[in-house]
Amino acid sequence: MKKIAPEILVIGGGAAGLSAAAEAASAGAKVLVVESDLRLGGQLIKQTHKFFGSKDEYAGTRGYKIADILLNEIDSFKDSVSILQNTTVTGYYTEDDTFTAMRGEEEVFQIKPQKTIVATGAQERLIPFPNNDLPGVYGAGAVQTLMNVYGVLPGKRVLMVGAGNIGLIVSYQLMQAGVEVAAIVEAGPRIGGYWVHAAKIRRMGVPILLRHSIKKALGEDVITGAVITGLNEKFEQVGPEEEIECDLICIAVGLSPTTELLSQAGCKMMYVPQLCGNVAQRDRTMRTSNPAFYTAGDASGIEEASAAMVEGRIAGLSAAAALGYPTEHGKIDEYWSRLESLRMGEAGARICQGIECVLVKGWEGASHE
Amino acid sequence: MSDKNMDMLFNSGVLTGEREGAILPPRELWEKKKGGVVIIECPQRIPCNPCHTSCPTGAILPFEDINNTPKVNWEKCTGCTLCVSACPGLACFVIDLTFSEENALYKLPYEMLPLPVKGQKVQCLDREGKSVGEGTVENVTQPRKDRTHVVHVSAPKSLVTIFRSIRVVK
Ligand SMILES: Cc1cc2nc3c(=O)[nH]c(=O)nc-3n(C[C@H](O)[C@H](O)[C@H](O)COP(=O)(O)OP(=O)(O)OC[C@H]3O[C@@H](n4cnc5c(N)ncnc54)[C@H](O)[C@@H]3O)c2cc1C
Ligand code: SF4
Ligand code: SF4
Repeated sequence: MKKIAPEILVIGGGAAGLSAAAEAASAGAKVLVVESDLRLGGQLIKQTHKFFGSKDEYAGTRGYKIADILLNEIDSFKDSVSILQNTTVTGYYTEDDTFTAMRGEEEVFQIKPQKTIVATGAQERLIPFPNNDLPGVYGAGAVQTLMNVYGVLPGKRVLMVGAGNIGLIVSYQLMQAGVEVAAIVEAGPRIGGYWVHAAKIRRMGVPILLRHSIKKALGEDVITGAVITGLNEKFEQVGPEEEIECDLICIAVGLSPTTELLSQAGCKMMYVPQLCGNVAQRDRTMRTSNPAFYTAGDASGIEEASAAMVEGRIAGLSAAAALGYPTEHGKIDEYWSRLESLRMGEAGARICQGIECVLVKGWEGASHE
Repeated sequence: MSDKNMDMLFNSGVLTGEREGAILPPRELWEKKKGGVVIIECPQRIPCNPCHTSCPTGAILPFEDINNTPKVNWEKCTGCTLCVSACPGLACFVIDLTFSEENALYKLPYEMLPLPVKGQKVQCLDREGKSVGEGTVENVTQPRKDRTHVVHVSAPKSLVTIFRSIRVVK
């Protein structure tokens, strides 16, 4: 079996992975980026709206344009960054410190890197309700992929479940594509996403029903509607119930970090609700308890592309430094101060609590660099 | 409406009165300013500041902390609409009260299709999307050439505190 041995392997070519690769390459390291999808960019390529953040993180720029900016940067390091698209890292074997990977459906090979940055992003959560297996029930990510990557309309009239940023933004994008949004139901007493994202769809006439959820989907072969219900403070379905006509139900109830490879590598994991799931403990360099493994982006806790890019840079820089490449003194502190300023808002407070749980001062037995 | 219902309304994304980050300009200054002044409705602390960085006149004050809500010096605002098209939250509007005796010129961000054209009648929508009147499109611009358009609509001054979006009737 073919075996490749890059200095640094970056798994996942999203905001975090691309930033990590660019940063490591700029320090002089040779990097391999492996991406499951046909295209690089991760979540970014589906985001047609303008991003928040500051100028450093390209605020006011549409998500897919940010992917282009990162890809241009990677392109300027052509000689040190190689990229494998349509390739999934399928597992890690501690016996011989080797990954298995699969390109397309046929080609299987091994990768034995010196350092690995796991930037695998996140997976969508789903909720159970009767008939949720009927065609027409989608995760928000699938809706975005169909609509924004392939230009396919998923339906004519949608019920959106969840008013976090994803539910709000995907609703807006559906409206831009000409889909009618019947309503957004949100179990909590307030929208979870940014207020301004909600305001812009409210003023176009979309109701956002707080303390509401979906009770069941209606239809024989395909979705023809949904029953929604009011919830009480304990999230029990107490009514009133209402029937909504729709041919599309879009679930946007949150993401969980994709961390299987980190677990396989024996990295110390921890369940942190504020980071939306099981994540690896890490130090300030984004290194995990396994000295060869770094983590960044949504895989290290669900946050934003802005933070994912900074974390990616920290991981890339640290992995290169650990291989002996000279890096600018104090750069990590600078990146941390950017993270801190991004995390000073309402949502950031939660993230900070989460980070506090998983951040370790240093690893036992580790030598000081 | 009860306080609790007002809170629920705000929590679902509808502004229910002035608050920090969503303050109207002083009326006297507003009435005099040719070209209009900016109205911002951004009442939540979020890590965002393109309104400030896009403003050429310094009317939107520097953010000490990027999470602060925006603050405006309306004296300096020229109504140029650069912030209107830069704001990712579509939370900036410009309203020009000097347009005519009865009508104000509302300059609103618009990212939908079809684009309205000059002279076209559009529905004026309030913050819950209810039609509250009819306006006439006076101009459609694209200040930053980034596909966020700004539609200039003349409509009665009486709508100045409620009219924030348009519906283009196909
Ligand atoms: C609707 C929506 C709106 C958003 N809006 C904003 C916003 O306005 N501002 C903002 O800052 N953020 C926003 N975000 C969040 C932002 O997109 C993510 O936080 C960011 O993309 C995370 O980057 P990442 O690189 O960690 O993960 P991803 O972008 O998810 O990239 C991970 C990549 O890893 C690949 N991968 C996973 N497993 C493997 C494997 N085993 N082998 C090979 N490849 C693998 C995946 O295919 C994917 O391409 C939004 C997200 C969504 C869904
Ligand atoms: S309208 Fe122009 S001058 Fe006024 S705040 Fe916006 S960008 Fe600044
Ligand atoms: S750019 Fe818009 S959303 Fe961002 S802080 Fe300014 S007004 Fe608020």
